[in-house]
Amino acid sequence: MLCQECQEREASLHFTKIINGEKTEFHVCDVCAKDKGEYLPGGNSFSIHQLLSGLLDTGQSFAKSSKQHSRQQAKPELQCKTCGLTYKKFAENGRFGCADCYQYFDEKLDPVLKRIHGGNSVHAGKIPKRKGKDMHVYREIEDLKAEMQNHIAAEEFEEAAKIRDQIRSLESSLHKKGGDVS
Amino acid sequence: MTLKSFMNDAISPWMKNEGPEADIAISSRVRLARNLDSLPYPIIASEDDLNKVIAETETKFSAHEHEKFGALSLLKMQELSENEKRVLVEKHLVSPHLTREGPARGVLLSEDESLSVMVNEEDHFRIQCLLSGFQLEEGLACANAMDDWMEETLDFAFDEKRGYLTSCPTNVGTGLRSSVMMHLPALVLTKQLNRILPAINQLGLVVRGIYGEGSEALGNLYQVSNQTTLGTPEKEIIKDLSSVVAQLIQHERAAREQLWTNSKDKLEDRIYRSYGILSYSRRMETKEAMERLSDVRLGIDMGIIKDVQGSILNELMVLTQPGFLQQYAGEALNSQERDWRRAALIRERLTLEEESHDGGGEL
Ligand SMILES: [Zn+2]
Ligand SMILES: [Zn+2]
Repeated sequence: MLCQECQEREASLHFTKIINGEKTEFHVCDVCAKDKGEYLPGGNSFSIHQLLSGLLDTGQSFAKSSKQHSRQQAKPELQCKTCGLTYKKFAENGRFGCADCYQYFDEKLDPVLKRIHGGNSVHAGKIPKRKGKDMHVYREIEDLKAEMQNHIAAEEFEEAAKIRDQIRSLESSLHKKGGDVS
Repeated sequence: MTLKSFMNDAISPWMKNEGPEADIAISSRVRLARNLDSLPYPIIASEDDLNKVIAETETKFSAHEHEKFGALSLLKMQELSENEKRVLVEKHLVSPHLTREGPARGVLLSEDESLSVMVNEEDHFRIQCLLSGFQLEEGLACANAMDDWMEETLDFAFDEKRGYLTSCPTNVGTGLRSSVMMHLPALVLTKQLNRILPAINQLGLVVRGIYGEGSEALGNLYQVSNQTTLGTPEKEIIKDLSSVVAQLIQHERAAREQLWTNSKDKLEDRIYRSYGILSYSRRMETKEAMERLSDVRLGIDMGIIKDVQGSILNELMVLTQPGFLQQYAGEALNSQERDWRRAALIRERLTLEEESHDGGGEL
C-alpha cells in the first residue's frame, strides 16, 4: 500500500483511530510519519485533514444538509478581520490564524468542534488565574447554585441558606468591581 | 569521548527507569498548548511577530530562576546544527516540526530536561513535562505550574466558551495532550493486545505503535493518549487516561505470568538469543535493534537476565537513533555506517554492564 501523504513510498505505519465510533485509518511511510510529526509522540496526535474532511470543506457537505444554502452563498465570505484568514482557507488548512478567528467563525464552529471533541463544544477546564479572575467567580457561583439545589432537594434548608448568602456576597463583589453591572 | 560520559550527557530523566511502574509504563508526558491573544499564530505570523514571542520568552523566563524549575535556558533553532536539532527530537524534547523550517523558533529547557516549552511551533507555546514511569498527575502539576508562571506576565488567548484558543481546533479548550509510553511485549506475544485496543479506542483514547508496522509496534512500545481536549476538565482527562494505563499494566503483568507458566522454555530461549545477538553482532538495523532490546528488557523485568539494568531499552532506543550515533561518532554517517556503529554502541553498552557488575565502576 502506498503512503497516503506522499503517494511515493510504501506505507509502513498503519493505524486506526476511533473517536466515539468514528473510524479513521492512517497509512503513511516512515519518512512522512517523521516529517509530519503528527504520527509520533510529541506531535499533534492526528491529522486534521483526515478528520475534518467533508466537514470543513466549504462546499457540498454543508449545502446538502442545509436549507439555507442559497442564502449562505449570497452572503459575503466569512473572514477574520484581525488576521485576514478566510473561512475557506481555514477549511483547507485546518488551522486558525489568530485568537479572533474563533469569534469570526463562531457560527460554523459548533458542529466542527462537536465532531472533534466527542460531542463537546464548550470548555469545562482550567481558567487562567489573572485574566480569568471574574470567570473564576462566575464558575464558583454556578457550582454553589448547584450545591444549593442539592440541599434544597434534600430539605436541608439551613445549609441551603448559608450557601445562598455565599452566592450573594460573591455576586455583590462582582458588581462592585464591574461598576456598570446592575 | 567515552560512552560513559557521552551517556551521562545524553540521558534525560525520563529514560532512567526510575518512576513508578517504570518497568511497563516507560514515561509519562503532559503537554499544554498556549497562545498570546495579541499576535497571529505562527502559521501566518510575520518574522517580526515571531521574534517578539522569542524576545518575550527570553526576557521573562530564561533570565530568571524559577523556584520549582530552576534556571531555564532558551535554545534558538537557527543557532543549532542540524544534528543538534535531531538529537533534541530523538530525546523527545521537541517535535520534528519545530526543527524544520521557518525563523524564530526555540525551546525553553529546564536543566534536568523534564520541562520544555516549545516556542513558535504550531502554537506560540507548547509546555511539556516528560517524566519517567507512570506519573501523569505529577506531569499535570508540573505543566500547570509553568502555565501559571507564564500567565502572570503574558496575556494568553482564552475564551470563556471555548477555553484556551489554539491554532488547531483539535487542541482547543484545555490544550491538554497527555500520554504514556508503554512496553507491552507479553500482550503482543500472547496476541491479546489486538483484542484490547478497540475497547480503549471506544473510550476516546488513542493507542498507537511507535515507529511500528500495523498493530505490532517497533520494540513493542505503544503510546496511549487522550484524543479530545474540549468539554472535560484537565484532572478528569488525566484520570480517564490513568485508569486505562493502570488496566493495561495489569493485563501486561498477567500475560507475563501466563508466559512464565505456559512457555517458560520458549521464552527463555527467545530472550537469550536476542541477548546473544545484541552482544556479538556487527551490523544492526533500527528495527532489529528495537526488537532484540525489547526481548532483553522483558528478560530483565522477569528476572531471567539478572546482570543488566532495566533502563537499557529506554537508553538504547534513543542512543541508537541516527542523530545520537552521529553525535557520538563526531561525523555524518550513511545508513550502512550507522548500522555498524549501532551494533558497536550496543555491544559497548552491554560491556559497560558487565564491567560494572564486576566492580569496574558504576554508571
Ligand atoms: Zn510518504
Ligand atoms: Zn484571525
